[in-house]
Amino acid sequence: MAVPALRLRNISKRFGTVQATRGVDLDVMPGTVHGIIGENGAGKSTLASIVFGLHTPDSGTIEVDGTPVDNLRPVDAISHGIGMVHQHFMLVPGFSVLENIVLGLEAGFRLGPGLARARVRLAGVCREHGLDIDPDATVDDLPVGVRQRVEILKALYRGARILILDEPTGALAPHETEQLLALLDRMRASGATVVLITHKLHEIMTVCDRVSVMRSGHLVAERDVKDTSADELATLMVGHDLPAGGEEKAAVEVRTVLEVSGLGVRDAGGVRLTDVSFTLRAGEILGLAGVSGNGQSELLEVLAGMRPVSAGSVSVGSRRIDHAHPASPAEMRSLGVSHVPEDRQRQGLVLPFDIRENAVLGRLERCGPGTLVRPAVLQARAEAMIGDFDIRPPVPDRPAAVLSGGNQQKVVVARETAESPPILLLGQPTRGVDIATIGLIHSRIIELRNRGCALLLVSADLDEIFALSDRIVTLCSGRLAGPLETRSADRSVVGMMMAGLDGGAAA
Amino acid sequence: MAETWIDLLRLLDGALRLATPLILCAMAGLVSERSGVINIALEGKLLTGAFAAAAAVTLTGSVAVGLAAAVCAATMLSMVHGFACITHRGEQIISGVAINIVAAGLTVVAGNALFRQGGHTPPLAPDDRFPALTLPFAETLAAVPVLGPFWGELVSGHTLPVYLALASVPVIWWLVYRSRFGLRLRAAGELPEAVESAGVSVTVLRYRGLLIAGVLCGIAGAYLSTGHGGGFVREMSAGKGFLALAALIFGRWKPWPVLFACLLFGVLDAAAPRLHGLEVPLLGPVPVALVSVLPYGLTVILLAGFFGRAEAPGALGRPPGRTG
Ligand SMILES: Nc1ncnc2c1ncn2[C@@H]1O[C@H](COP(=O)(O)OP(=O)(O)OP(=O)(O)O)[C@@H](O)[C@H]1O
Ligand SMILES: [Mg+2]
Repeated sequence: MAVPALRLRNISKRFGTVQATRGVDLDVMPGTVHGIIGENGAGKSTLASIVFGLHTPDSGTIEVDGTPVDNLRPVDAISHGIGMVHQHFMLVPGFSVLENIVLGLEAGFRLGPGLARARVRLAGVCREHGLDIDPDATVDDLPVGVRQRVEILKALYRGARILILDEPTGALAPHETEQLLALLDRMRASGATVVLITHKLHEIMTVCDRVSVMRSGHLVAERDVKDTSADELATLMVGHDLPAGGEEKAAVEVRTVLEVSGLGVRDAGGVRLTDVSFTLRAGEILGLAGVSGNGQSELLEVLAGMRPVSAGSVSVGSRRIDHAHPASPAEMRSLGVSHVPEDRQRQGLVLPFDIRENAVLGRLERCGPGTLVRPAVLQARAEAMIGDFDIRPPVPDRPAAVLSGGNQQKVVVARETAESPPILLLGQPTRGVDIATIGLIHSRIIELRNRGCALLLVSADLDEIFALSDRIVTLCSGRLAGPLETRSADRSVVGMMMAGLDGGAAA
Repeated sequence: MAETWIDLLRLLDGALRLATPLILCAMAGLVSERSGVINIALEGKLLTGAFAAAAAVTLTGSVAVGLAAAVCAATMLSMVHGFACITHRGEQIISGVAINIVAAGLTVVAGNALFRQGGHTPPLAPDDRFPALTLPFAETLAAVPVLGPFWGELVSGHTLPVYLALASVPVIWWLVYRSRFGLRLRAAGELPEAVESAGVSVTVLRYRGLLIAGVLCGIAGAYLSTGHGGGFVREMSAGKGFLALAALIFGRWKPWPVLFACLLFGVLDAAAPRLHGLEVPLLGPVPVALVSVLPYGLTVILLAGFFGRAEAPGALGRPPGRTG
């Protein structure tokens, strides 16, 4: 039998009181794509970070291609041919794509010649893998899908033969995901080894050879993909059968609560939105589909009061927001608009604050007498949220920074839905969230809808859009298409609308 | 005409002398802050450097030994700073303030113990201070109008640290923008997790940043007590470290704009005595206090966003966090 490309034995890691991984044994065979799935906080990212040398395990051994390595640091991992794509982007703001890619591998003290050589080499790597990138673009300006490509190129440029990807498709649109999976397939064909951490079981079923399931730090099961099914994996992951899917949708009551008309947004980077008009109705979910970077983020920011309107207007009740009458986030909140931002780490949470403090961000009105805050109220709210959303570890005084990505998302969703807002903006609400929690968040969304909340759901996941929305609109290059009634909509039509081909005009 | 030209040159000449410690300290701050370490301790490092230089020159009679002592002392203090806030991930501002307090106290205590002159060092003889360097052609050009005085009065005739300060700007610029070290340094100041995951140690980078800062502060200190001044006087740094920090913000953490800010502050400082009592129409005489407060006032206005935003390095003050 071949020597495993990666062989982990008895890997354990504890953070304070949290045992992130417990005695994990894992063999990853060369030339295969190995999936790792598991609930939020199961320890997947921790395991990946250990293999890449970012965390030192408390116990256990690692072998790469049969050679034991100890005291692994990222430099050693890189020199052993291990590459890692992190769950959150690791791109230095203000740096160009090229600078981000060469960081750590500059070849020589003088930057100029090193960069020139790197440019040539990068072009070669791009050609080899069929990827396309502008090396001089500043990473801040790039859409998420392209940033993800930069992350992958970083690993490939370092000559990674063992590539670990931690939820690489969380922010990608369906066709970008397909491209990525195709790339992984090609890499496997060329003999590379891939470890793919994901919450999306269909990705496992499409591209992986073998899959490991983690639960509370343990590796609880391993299967050959050809011998298993998505249902079995879901059950293994959660440890029990999942409740049957969403409830029946309630009848739609037509009452407009938010109206956008002729909205245009421009900023230093150019035109972001052009002549966008739609209405949000009480008791209805409006799904906004689109490849990220086509204006969805900007639209959410305008509706949340975080970005000024350049043209047109947004009306909520009797308040009309336009260029001359801007609104602040606080005002939008007081108008009943809650917001689950796309970027949970920067806009949704204050990472160094604990769960209690994050539970009341922007909502300090009823936390105590006058301007004072009563700790007991904070504690009670945090405990309620932890209970409702099964936030792990269930410790209200842990800083948000040390929660796993999915658990951070739960904190934001819990806070924004806690007071049954009349209008709720959802930016990728289930990105990086495990299936049990997706179920939880989805049922909370439907419950709010049934209680008369108007929801705008922005998601890169078409399945999610189709499963929840009553009507669907799309954005492409800042222009809106639709709406379509979900009942009569067809995925290929929505796909065409997303690509800017006006297939949806009929509805 | 020639009179005003000479006058202007004398003003700029004074400004350059006054700006020298600012330039050195601001470049020190630039290197460490670009790596993500807030350097509020510039003041303490400068003061320690000044004391070490004066003490060493008094004891040995050699400015070179004084300069070396200043560089060593300031660097050691910088390393203590690093030990607290890099190795032990301590609060950078608090450890920096602690360093300032320790420096203010220790210099006086050590001065008293060594020289028994109330914390001062004995005044230095002119021969024990940095000699003025006359640049080539200063004599030959003296007769040429305009250029002659410019070369002779302004450019030539300064002490070594003044030229070192001027040279430090292009050198730091090159290091920060054109070298591998600079790329990594800037990355560590923006997103240290990305640097760690590229296999480069943020700890080592930040220590190097502080090391360079220590050396530059040491040179500035030596200039203060054995170049510009003639001996150490307690608390002789007199807020110059903080003013350098203001210049750093004013110049948005970029070497050339920071140099400009330091020179501007130097000109204000040099002009202060001349402006004193100057009658401004409608307003009456200018109070000196107003002129001395101007650099800080300008920086506050800048920070309030009137001249656009001052973009600090993204991870300034933050140790690397979780990368998972
Ligand atoms: N640096 C850290 N400090 C403290 N606790 C941590 C740290 N990193 C991870 N943890 C904890 O370890 C546990 C496992 O986290 P990990 O990020 O590995 O989960 P995950 O399986 O990747 O989850 P997700 O799917 O949500 O990303 C969590 O409870 C998390 O809070
Ligand atoms: Mg994770």
